[in-house]
Amino acid sequence: MSERVPILQIGDILLVSIQTDLDDQSVLNLQDDLAARVVESAAHGVVIDISAVEIVDSFVGRMLATIAAISRMLDAETVVVGMRPAVAITLVELGLSLGGVSTALNLDLGLRLLERARGGRDGLTAEPTAS
Amino acid sequence: MTVEAGEGLLPIVANDDVVRARQLVRTLAQDCRLSLVEQTKLVTAASELARNTLVHGGGGTLRGELIRNGLRRGVQVVFRDSGPGIADLELALTDGWSSGTGMGLGLSGSRRLVDEFAIESEPGRGTTVTITKWAR
Repeated sequence: MSERVPILQIGDILLVSIQTDLDDQSVLNLQDDLAARVVESAAHGVVIDISAVEIVDSFVGRMLATIAAISRMLDAETVVVGMRPAVAITLVELGLSLGGVSTALNLDLGLRLLERARGGRDGLTAEPTAS
Repeated sequence: MTVEAGEGLLPIVANDDVVRARQLVRTLAQDCRLSLVEQTKLVTAASELARNTLVHGGGGTLRGELIRNGLRRGVQVVFRDSGPGIADLELALTDGWSSGTGMGLGLSGSRRLVDEFAIESEPGRGTTVTITKWAR
């Protein structure tokens, strides 16, 4: 029994909202599905909404870090949004710092973070022609 | 220490049993009136240990119950498997030690998330981990 988490697309952003308590296989499926969709859609950003997630253990934590690393390799930035305070406290005590994963407090701030990252990158590539 | 209510036994033999383990422990934590942060810590520890039982112990059981010690109420959860066991417990409880599949935070991390943590293991005879969280 493993379910598929829906992946939504808005412009060049992929949005995943985790709404149920996922078993480990579903977590791995999500990782694979997202990598495939990033390439298929040529998305530049991935937002993972975990506001409904009651616990993040080392398995899910590792999935978030892996998704961020894979996406970066496929030219997309990942932002994890909506982490509950109790989840953050627990993650730190567990010893998972989620280094390399960008976070934002909510979806709105997460989208703005991606916009800024994208703007910054376009700015960099445009610079040589401007001078 | 007395047992207030036995919540029975949950077999841990498949991936979705780890999800069931989290749900059972969350219900106990709520019944015990643990704070939200304490609930989250206990359920996270239970998730790590249930996965250990499944992946490293080759399956086993979880028993969770509400306990009382004088005026204090708490939740105690016991994870038992008859898998290969752990040869060097001290090493297994160090951060970063891993048998190869995880991040090596399962045992050491879950110990930090609970009030009491006891582990018994013998090579070839399985592993039993008992965790306790007391209501403040």
